[in-house]
Amino acid sequence: MNKTLYSPLIFELSHKGRHGYSLPDYDYGSEPDIPANLKREKAPTLPEIDEPSVVRHYTNSSNNNFGVDTGFYPLGSCTMKYNPKVNEAMVARASVADLHPMQPAATVQGALRIYRTLERYLSEIGGMAEFTLNPFAGAHGEYTGLMVIRAYHMSRADEARRKVIVPDSAHGTNPASAAMAGFDIVEVKSLPDGTVDIDDLRTKLGPDIAAMMMTNPNTVGMFEKGIPQIADMVHEAGALMYYDGANLNPMLGIARPGDMGFDVMHINLHKTFSTPHGGGGPGAGPVGVRSGLEQFLPVPRVIEKADGMLDIEFGHDAFGRVSAWLGNFTVYIKALSYILTLGADGLMKVGKLATLNANYIMESLKDLYELPIAGPCKHEFVFDGLRDKSNGVTTMHVAKSLLDYGFHAPTIYFPLLFHESLMIEPTETESVDTLDSFIDVMRNIARDAAENPDKVKGAPYSTPISHPDEDEAALNPILTYTRLCAQPTS
Amino acid sequence: MGHHRYFPHTDADIARMLGRCGVDSLDALYADVDSALRLKKPYDIPGPMSEPALDRYFDSFAAQNKKLTCFAGAGFYHHYTPALIPALMSRSEFLTAYTPYQPEISQGTLQYIFEYQSMMADLTGLDVSNASMYDGATASAEAMVMAVNSVRKKRRVLVSATVAPAVQQVMRTYAEAAGITLEVIPEDNGVTDSTAFTEMLGAGDVAAVMVAQPNYYGIVENIDDWADKCHQHKALLIMNCHASTLGILKSPGEWGADIACGEAQSLGMPLNYGGPYLGYLCCREAFMRKLPGRVVGATTDREGRRSFVLTLQAREQHIRRQKATSNICSNQGIMTLHAAIYMALMGAEGLEKVNRLSAAAAHSLAEKLESTGKMKLKYPGTTWLNEFAMEIIAEGITADRIIEECASHSILAGVKLTDDSILIAATEMCTPEDIDRYVSIINEMKP
Amino acid sequence: MEKIYYLPTHEYIKVDGNNGYIGISEYASKQLGTVTYVDVPEDGDEFEAGEEFGAIESRKAASDLFAPVDCEVTEVNFALEGDPKLINKNPLEAWIIKVIIKNPAQLDDLMDEKAYAEYCLTDNH
Repeated sequence: MNKTLYSPLIFELSHKGRHGYSLPDYDYGSEPDIPANLKREKAPTLPEIDEPSVVRHYTNSSNNNFGVDTGFYPLGSCTMKYNPKVNEAMVARASVADLHPMQPAATVQGALRIYRTLERYLSEIGGMAEFTLNPFAGAHGEYTGLMVIRAYHMSRADEARRKVIVPDSAHGTNPASAAMAGFDIVEVKSLPDGTVDIDDLRTKLGPDIAAMMMTNPNTVGMFEKGIPQIADMVHEAGALMYYDGANLNPMLGIARPGDMGFDVMHINLHKTFSTPHGGGGPGAGPVGVRSGLEQFLPVPRVIEKADGMLDIEFGHDAFGRVSAWLGNFTVYIKALSYILTLGADGLMKVGKLATLNANYIMESLKDLYELPIAGPCKHEFVFDGLRDKSNGVTTMHVAKSLLDYGFHAPTIYFPLLFHESLMIEPTETESVDTLDSFIDVMRNIARDAAENPDKVKGAPYSTPISHPDEDEAALNPILTYTRLCAQPTS
Repeated sequence: MGHHRYFPHTDADIARMLGRCGVDSLDALYADVDSALRLKKPYDIPGPMSEPALDRYFDSFAAQNKKLTCFAGAGFYHHYTPALIPALMSRSEFLTAYTPYQPEISQGTLQYIFEYQSMMADLTGLDVSNASMYDGATASAEAMVMAVNSVRKKRRVLVSATVAPAVQQVMRTYAEAAGITLEVIPEDNGVTDSTAFTEMLGAGDVAAVMVAQPNYYGIVENIDDWADKCHQHKALLIMNCHASTLGILKSPGEWGADIACGEAQSLGMPLNYGGPYLGYLCCREAFMRKLPGRVVGATTDREGRRSFVLTLQAREQHIRRQKATSNICSNQGIMTLHAAIYMALMGAEGLEKVNRLSAAAAHSLAEKLESTGKMKLKYPGTTWLNEFAMEIIAEGITADRIIEECASHSILAGVKLTDDSILIAATEMCTPEDIDRYVSIINEMKP
Repeated sequence: MEKIYYLPTHEYIKVDGNNGYIGISEYASKQLGTVTYVDVPEDGDEFEAGEEFGAIESRKAASDLFAPVDCEVTEVNFALEGDPKLINKNPLEAWIIKVIIKNPAQLDDLMDEKAYAEYCLTDNH
């Protein structure tokens, strides 16, 4: 990637009179009249630009960016594994680009078969009865899953269940999704080893609890050994167990959420199933349910008819709709391509290799970085900053230093259980050579922190920009080019 | 045991790494997972498939999909996708990046989101845009929640019956859970009933009103003084528009709306059987801090270089947790790049042309369909662009029959509204010959 | 002489007869870091003791603001709109809202300066 910033905005490359579009010149013999009062008064001030300039602009701009294809991306809880190129090719192969979502089912049997096939495989991997693929992202999946739980309790006229239990180590989306679904949040404490405090949980269960949300392994990378007991307690209290699939990767080939006692779960296809994150999206957050909850899944649903044909159903007990159609469809093609490329044999190895990689890094650095929870970890682990904090080198400094060495930073200051969290998740697609060079760099940074702390504190030095003023950005928000141009120049 | 090409580990690597970890097997790393919970057998999933096998496998799906010449819309339109957009979107520096948490190595992503926000605000005639939402329906639901959060102690929202049914249904899901009362303003001859609007607004306690432009039937509604009326009652006006049509139609800002939201698929995004598309959400500056989702802002770095960062994050769930403005912690990512490139290539001129061409195609089709004597415009005398509702007047012909018959001739006739009415759209992708083909099928249909 | 009281959530109320000035304590302003935005109510809004009346944000944190007593807003400090950092400079002067105190007896439930100072020493709230 660039060391020097490529900085123009597309607006600054605009020249009056240029254009970059290619439209046909059909004569339809008809030109409708639009009354002036319904027309725009002021044309939008979009760029006027030719095609080659657009290509150069975005190509140069892309060089300001770092992706998994650029280098190691050990961003904890984000599962930044290799995004196979064959997955992209299969999107073109499946010929869905020109399919309208409201086309008759008979003309889209291939697309529906892709949906159905992926749905079946995710059910097998999750240990669930059925999935909806419709939710657009992990957080949207959480919301959908909680709405399923809400519909379940309502169907039993058990309307007093208005609260959801969330561990204090949970992803921030868990409480936010529960709130959007109309629930109040009850936080359950973690023990010093990062797992759920079962005694604390016991005091919080009751007839007002709708569900318990958990991720397993949890956000410090520890497997919740108490899971069977927790599930029993929650079920006895009449509530359901929700599995946040953000951390599913290390469980591939090991254990299934359904077998752990979870009733509802979501999967992030853009994490465990290798679909690209795209700088924020599109993702997909399919939601699975155990047997007996299928009827509460949102519509539209893909169903198989008696004659083997597939169809779309809009009916009955479902809580409603969370998406206009069947979600981010091309993402399913990529995930299905990944699953079949690995096959059962490959999928069985994913979790173990991801866990091996994480433990290898942890063991290689724990003498220099504070490990608050001893391993073995699963797919990720958390350091609480450097062991030697005497020079004031923080997790932020370490993270920024890594950028100079061509690595993405780990997730920082999450989970909130520790002040200096540095959460590392390598994934299974990294070689030991990459891990060794990352370990060397982390050790160098620790040595510099001791010997030359100002150097670490001033990093990064070799990135296109350094230390952007984020306070100023929040204090005086400039969110558009128009606003940017209106700034007094200093 | 062979290793897969996605896993770099050799047996020797694994042995050395296990040694560092102080265990003698991979299984030992899972000693804490009770054997009762462990998988008893491999997944019942086929594969591994080689690339050639995978090609054949996906070809078999392709063979079961039938590409039709598209005269359907209902919110999703078959416009042309400039070839360079997929080429640039597939650059892995963009495609394989995460959310831009580290601005120093994410200026590429941050910059195109900033460009997208700028263009979208401009297109809607409003001050600010967020970094996008999942789709038009969820953007509409979030707009509703945002409006309720922006006014004090009012939780009633009015939505016009002419907003797309699927959008209304998603809004209903979100409203019910959030304790928002969502009421439908009835329609009158294809447009929002303005008397009912005034009455329902006057009944008090309305936080916001949502209207669609063009509406579900393709009609451009005249909502001249609606913003004023809303503001008199301290309610916000939300407009739900297909992004592309804003290239020609009066913008939400010009109508006096406070929030604009909707589907941006019409900016040349492939139909892709429902997604990925792009939801947009823009508003006046006064409500900027109530915007859900990601927002990118400009600032300077320590050397004074213009830089872009994620900003206004205090509203988000990693800080606010259950009190966040929304649970959304991503955006539609790379699709904002698509929208930005599309708008840059088209410019104001191209956007206007694409609307004119599409409208000309649709009006030509409507005239010719009427001339068959089997159909007539359901809402004559209204203003519409590239989409219209047709009423079937021929005995014995139903919307289902038309759709089926046309599909057998590789034409997607439209979307069924009722047994005897159908919603039809056209774009610059429909040639005059396609239109004649459609009309001749209708001509030849027997009762 | 004005008297000042504090809530456990770090809001203060400076009392001047029937009037009160509500803001956040110096301790809280330091914890928060550079204040980037204050979400304020409108004149005439009424709140009960313990009710949320607004929110305050820095880049890294956000807190809701709670009314110390039953009150009605008579003035909002508009200077903060242009320059929220005033709260970091002098939190006791940079009050957020001015209110009429409806039930002065509720002041007795709050901490005085000394009690609050002790409270902050043990704080990890």
